[in-house]
Amino acid sequence: MRLLAILSFVMLPLTAMAEEIVLGLSKDEVSITATFDGSEILLFGAIKRERPLPDADTLGVIVAIAGPNEPAVVRRKDRVAGIWVNTDSARVDIAPSFYAIATSGPMGDVLLPIEDLNHAISWQRRIVGEGGESFLQTSDFTEAFMRIKADEGLYQILENSVDVEDSTLFHTRINLPSNITEGNYRTRIFLTRDGRVIDEFTTEIPVFKVGLERWLYSMSQNQAALYGLLSLLVAVIAGWAASAIFAAIRR
Amino acid sequence: MQIYLPIAEVSVNMFLLLGIGGLVGILSGMFGVGGGFLITPLLFFVGIPPAVAVATSANQIVASSVSGLMAHVKRRGVDFIMGGVLLAGGLVGSALGVQVFTLLKAAGQVDLLVNLCYVVFLGIVGGLMMIESVRAIMRSKHAPPKRRKHNWVHNLPFKLKFRVSGLYISVIPPLMVGMLVGLLAAIMGVGGGFIMVPAMIYLLGMPTKVVIGTSLFQIIFVAAFTTFMHAVTNNTVDIILAVLLLIGGVVGAQIGTRLGVKLRAEQLRILLAAIVLLVCTKLALDLLIEPSELYSIATGDS
Repeated sequence: MRLLAILSFVMLPLTAMAEEIVLGLSKDEVSITATFDGSEILLFGAIKRERPLPDADTLGVIVAIAGPNEPAVVRRKDRVAGIWVNTDSARVDIAPSFYAIATSGPMGDVLLPIEDLNHAISWQRRIVGEGGESFLQTSDFTEAFMRIKADEGLYQILENSVDVEDSTLFHTRINLPSNITEGNYRTRIFLTRDGRVIDEFTTEIPVFKVGLERWLYSMSQNQAALYGLLSLLVAVIAGWAASAIFAAIRR
Repeated sequence: MQIYLPIAEVSVNMFLLLGIGGLVGILSGMFGVGGGFLITPLLFFVGIPPAVAVATSANQIVASSVSGLMAHVKRRGVDFIMGGVLLAGGLVGSALGVQVFTLLKAAGQVDLLVNLCYVVFLGIVGGLMMIESVRAIMRSKHAPPKRRKHNWVHNLPFKLKFRVSGLYISVIPPLMVGMLVGLLAAIMGVGGGFIMVPAMIYLLGMPTKVVIGTSLFQIIFVAAFTTFMHAVTNNTVDIILAVLLLIGGVVGAQIGTRLGVKLRAEQLRILLAAIVLLVCTKLALDLLIEPSELYSIATGDS
């Protein structure tokens, strides 16, 4: 195991020079506006080579987009005195709020487990449970966490969704749902051969609220009292205006 | 058309929100209730986080109550002294309620408490209203109105004269009623009219013509205070959501008022009781039936 790790480490600079990722994005940033309803990001790129194409076509491309990390609590309901109540809970210290993986082939073919460990690519490797404990010993809670995240479209695994043409050009689309969190979305692209990572490219896609949404959100957080008063002012004016308008109509 | 709500952090169909506002507006125009007891569960249903739904409902209630109060002030149907006493209790209750809400949010029991409150109070109020209005219809118009007798409420100290209501009673019962309603307003995101109105009629013995105006008067302040406390403590008031609900509500209230004229008072009350019991049953079933997903995620430190 350790020998393998060292070996791959030694081989990395050599192979990295041989094949390299060049990336393009359809969007440099995602703006959350009032009409935001999710967003699709198109990633496209090419593989730069200084040597002729190796014989065996065992090339793999993995794209992983991770939202900002956040802690969470997973709770389980149990029947207590006839009604369903939250009883047990488990903490998740670190987990990406959003995580999508797109691959050019089945996960098992394009990525060796040892490389998954080195680069922390699969869902489980990104999640740290209570007190730094690895989430790998999947409990019911960790499985529930990933299941719920997947149901909400926040955790995605898209096998075979990266199209690779002539072992040189690749492209894929990743959907960001509308319930995503703000922050910098770390985007990593891995180039693999025989499941071994030979190049990695990292970039960030900022996802932020803009305009009115930004203004209201930051006001509600930073000037909560003023925001509360503004909400009330809007309500009182609306209520007064409504009664005035309808009184005028009735006359 | 989808619209992104900055505080709730979800994207919801705009027309759905206008529709919810409109539906609740119709009911509030027909029955003279704030409709908070319907809006909050409906918002849960369309995927607004419970904490945001509760706080924003309170904000929406401020608007609809202001609108309603204007009409009652013109008819001299507001007892400001009684309103003031109820309000004093209400503010204490509301402050307590927001604290309880924050504590339970941390403990993960907020949904349970909110739902339990709904089931219990909607059940009691809906049930009583149903029995009372069915009886009223059975009795027909010939039965003589009952004279109110003095009960324990009239034997407490700290008596005060409430001229508009024509009452000379202790301030303790209105303070307690106000406090209870304030507490519920903060926890359930309701104005509490559905508890306040029966309590004023049956417990305090106020004349019906001043009950709704006075209740609205004090609800405005309690709901405003609740909104403010939620905004400061929990950062959960979504102003865009509130505005969308308002627009629907204002239009709905006018339609409701016109519909209400065509129905008899007993029929109206039976209808309202049926709606209240329906919401109650739905929420009770949610608590009793095994949920399809037993786990839930709460993000953030807690």
